[in-house]
Amino acid sequence: MTTQYLLQLVISGLVIGSIYSAVALGFVIIYKATRVVNFAQGELLMVGAYVCFAFLVQMHVPFWAALLLTVVFSMVLAFLIERLILRPMIGEPIISIIMVTIGLSLVMRSLVTAIWGNDILVYEPKLFPQDMVTIAGVPISQEFIWCFILSMILLAVFSAFFKFSKAGVAMRATAFNQQVAQSMGISVKHIFALSWVISAVVSGIGGVLIGNINGINSSLYHFGLKVFPATILGGLDSILGAALGGLIIGLLENLSDGLCKSYLNLSGVKEVAPYVILVIILMIKPYGLFGTKEIERV
Amino acid sequence: MQYCGDFRTSYEKDAVVFQTPFIKVCMALFLAGLLALPYLLKGEFMWVALQIVIASIGAVGLNILTGFTGQISLGQGAFFGVGAYTSAYITAKMGLSFWLGIPAAGLMTAMAGMVFGIPSLRLKGLYLAIATLASQFILEWIFIRWEPVTGGSYGINVPRPSIGGYVFDSDSSFYYIVLAIAVAMILFATNLVRTKTGRAFMAVRDHYISAEIMGISLYKYRLLSFGISSFYAGVAGALYGHSLKFVSSEQFGIGVSIVYLAMIIIGGLGSIVGSIFGAVFMILLPKILSLATEMVAADFPSIARLAISFEQGVFGLIIVLFLIFEPDGLAHRWKLIKAYWKLYPFSY
Repeated sequence: MTTQYLLQLVISGLVIGSIYSAVALGFVIIYKATRVVNFAQGELLMVGAYVCFAFLVQMHVPFWAALLLTVVFSMVLAFLIERLILRPMIGEPIISIIMVTIGLSLVMRSLVTAIWGNDILVYEPKLFPQDMVTIAGVPISQEFIWCFILSMILLAVFSAFFKFSKAGVAMRATAFNQQVAQSMGISVKHIFALSWVISAVVSGIGGVLIGNINGINSSLYHFGLKVFPATILGGLDSILGAALGGLIIGLLENLSDGLCKSYLNLSGVKEVAPYVILVIILMIKPYGLFGTKEIERV
Repeated sequence: MQYCGDFRTSYEKDAVVFQTPFIKVCMALFLAGLLALPYLLKGEFMWVALQIVIASIGAVGLNILTGFTGQISLGQGAFFGVGAYTSAYITAKMGLSFWLGIPAAGLMTAMAGMVFGIPSLRLKGLYLAIATLASQFILEWIFIRWEPVTGGSYGINVPRPSIGGYVFDSDSSFYYIVLAIAVAMILFATNLVRTKTGRAFMAVRDHYISAEIMGISLYKYRLLSFGISSFYAGVAGALYGHSLKFVSSEQFGIGVSIVYLAMIIIGGLGSIVGSIFGAVFMILLPKILSLATEMVAADFPSIARLAISFEQGVFGLIIVLFLIFEPDGLAHRWKLIKAYWKLYPFSY
């Protein structure tokens, strides 16, 4: 175990973590505004990645246009999902809402495999330069750095949006109390639609980034499952929490995997480590680092 | 014949399982029909019937936890696996009897369920769902990695049960064993929800703070519910393993948990009959889909190919449509149909 290896683990953990952050951000936006637990978050990322692939590689659209079209597609998709599937579910028990998003995720997953198949597809031409750069003696591919920077920009933009823009403030008001928000002239229905749209766009961009680094295949939706450790760690309704939670989970996952491999000769820890962390957090601090503690009164 | 109006005058009468002689006759006929099933069904269809009965056990178990106690569990698939592996280890690796393996599988899974149910003491609703999701992934990982016990990715070959020299090798003979266990367990569940324990479960579900104020120990009943539900899952999983004669980690993924949740939601939460409807529906559905695909395949091969890759999607679509248009499940619809015919043709 060298310092270099350790640094490598930390860096790749942070990069994957930044994608987790983006997906977790999407999840938190929906949860905060509409109290819907979206089990289809990973599928939104997957659809974004595949749609961008279709425009970029199959239709030979330049990258900026492909990205724009992907964003528009994600918006329309999210709007339709909210309107047709989630709107009728308002007021239903939480288990029904969980199931409806699970059902939705199955539909989206199989649509994607029906259209594009199971093989790994690679973005051509590559968006980011391919050659390595050396930081502190560790060679890192430039894609990683770009991916990290872009997702951090994404997070910063949306934090600012929530803090300063009128729509962002309206969304926070709705999250705080729907009835009061409505009586203040905020259309709660519009906010619900808006939060789905934003969430899908964020996840879709995350998908495009992943597509640029690793290529895409039909198991991309796994990113959606890592959202739970990330958001629980950060606090389910905190944007900052989602960003930090994603980074920390990515880091811990990679470090525990690397350490177990070299010291305990145990492989595959990566798949389970986030969930072990999740259970531990739920036991000791269920509302996470920045989450609002729910107080119940009779 | 049940008269218009309600003539029950005591709590004992209200809590009777079979309300009228007519229902008793119906149930007896139904049971006779189930017993005659192996003579009517052949090959693949017998296999489907066997799977439906096994799934009913698991669905009833999950309904005790989710429908009656209100604790959402996304880990039923993994608990299924715990049962299957326990029984497989006992029968195949230790060479002990099937009749020991099944109860051991139930108890082992009940213990595992109670361990993973510990978060339920502090968590509820969404948080509990996520905690059980985590337990699903952790258990799945253990199934793959703990090779000395689970056989890793190779799995374990499991024998069919035997009494004396007679081996229950065919699906139809094994069906009778499964049916006997299922009837016993479903009757137990029906009675459970009439007792103090069952009522405590429902009180915890409906309003847990009030339940606690009324003197119901939340810890005790939540854990108990996890235990009982996992016991059912374990037995069902063990039977599933024996029916396949093979146990491996792919059979107990998150997909199984989702199928079981879908069963009780489509069937009806908090209804024993509903769980059985749900099990029938969810097991028959893929069968019907694949039959339909085969029929179309001859004429339109391209559609058939698309349909195969879209099977999961149809499954998801059905869940979504059910939740939007029939949120109370098949059990509710069944009640409406019964009420309609009871008063037919004078419905008012």
